[in-house]
Amino acid sequence: MKAIDIPISDDIIRSLRVGDPVALSGVMLTGRDAVHKWMIETFIHRTREPQDDDQEIYRAIKPLLDGGIIYHCGPVVSGLETEEYQFVAAGPTTSIREEPYQGDVMAHFNIKGVIGKGGMGPKTLQACQEVPGVYLHAIGGAASLIAKSVQRVLGVYKMDFGVPEAIWVIEVKDFPVVVTMDAHGNSLHQEVTDSSKSILDRLLAVS
Amino acid sequence: MQPDLTKQFLELVRLAATDLPPDVEAKLRQAAKQEEPGSAAQGALEAILKNVEMAREDSTPICQDTGTPIFYVFYPEGWSTIKLRKQIENAVAEATARAYLRPNAVNALTGKNTGNNLGDKHYPSIHFEEVEGDTLMVDLMLKGGGCENVGAQYALPNSKLGAGRDLEGVRKVALDAVFQAQGKGCAPGILGIAIGGDRGSSYYGSKEVLFRKLDDTNQDAELADMEERLTNESNEMGIGPMGFGGKTTVLGTKITGLHRLPASYFVSVTYMCWAYRRRRMTVQGSEVSYE
Repeated sequence: MKAIDIPISDDIIRSLRVGDPVALSGVMLTGRDAVHKWMIETFIHRTREPQDDDQEIYRAIKPLLDGGIIYHCGPVVSGLETEEYQFVAAGPTTSIREEPYQGDVMAHFNIKGVIGKGGMGPKTLQACQEVPGVYLHAIGGAASLIAKSVQRVLGVYKMDFGVPEAIWVIEVKDFPVVVTMDAHGNSLHQEVTDSSKSILDRLLAVS
Repeated sequence: MQPDLTKQFLELVRLAATDLPPDVEAKLRQAAKQEEPGSAAQGALEAILKNVEMAREDSTPICQDTGTPIFYVFYPEGWSTIKLRKQIENAVAEATARAYLRPNAVNALTGKNTGNNLGDKHYPSIHFEEVEGDTLMVDLMLKGGGCENVGAQYALPNSKLGAGRDLEGVRKVALDAVFQAQGKGCAPGILGIAIGGDRGSSYYGSKEVLFRKLDDTNQDAELADMEERLTNESNEMGIGPMGFGGKTTVLGTKITGLHRLPASYFVSVTYMCWAYRRRRMTVQGSEVSYE
């Protein structure tokens, strides 16, 4: 298990290979469907005018994402009424839904690592080589275990998206992940898809 | 006089969300032993098992996607389903306030979250059926979104997969569904398969069959054989836990048949993630038990 601190340098990113287990420590942001759509439309493609406190939020999250991590996660959070937030359950959500956005979001903010589950497609793999960055697979459903690695909730933005869809700023210690897409064009997801396809073809051919 | 079961329903929800059924946990332990020592697959299963223990001890959700709550209520003659529905809804809202459930119900168009897991008449999903006798039985399944998204329905024949209108055709489309899902449904998964019905009843059937225990055997010998074969062949594909590659892709398969029109032959596959959260509550007089 490699221990890596956030923010992450390009050299460290390039040293990672598919299959490496990693323990992450530092500050990261959660962001899923609504956040990616909002980032792309408001700040990257600029098809939507910034509204309310959008610009303020942008200025706040930009330095945190520079060299940083975005985590595809919709957590269960306690302390919503008192705003003494605590992550109760915080496993990854399916990443492929962000495939249309992820590469551009990584490039725009210089994001070094995307955490989620299920892997992503060619556009994100391309961005991993260019930015450079990696895709880090968390254990889907291991929500209580992962919540324990969240030391503190430092803040939250876009609560109007709802608890699962908001941007949570969290400080983590030894957050466990596996590199499944690296900065050298390798994807464990592609490898497993290819090998399972040939076995499927054989199983479909017999009766 | 019908009792107020709100508290008991709350306990049913808490138990389902935070404590994996013993038959599922046992299968996961067995799977962890079978994977290559030190592999990513074994690491994933060990993390899953550790997570299950922590969730149970701390009474926290096993998975943060606490899913669609799907209730099946089997009630004796004379019970008011209006009252039962209200009590279930109150329990679900309270379970959300206590963070056993994540606020999960969002408006279809605006995406606005109701904040308490109550939506329209289909959310939570509650099915009522009157039964003989004087025992009230309530089954609850929490069905996560990631695995729900990889479910699939096929209309046979399917020429692309060479699947005809027979059990062999069912096998072929089910294997395709497992392949398409890869690790995205949080493998190792459990397959619920319904053959027949209309498009709607077929999908319901494929979920209802998942209330069976993992280690039971289908009473239909032909379906029992196919359940075993599909589990083995799915595992042969080597997709593995989380899609990391490995020996355990599917923990079990459950198949049911529904009467269909001569013109239609649907096969519906519901993919259940490893976090197979289902619990049963039984009320007999003043006695309430959970399993």
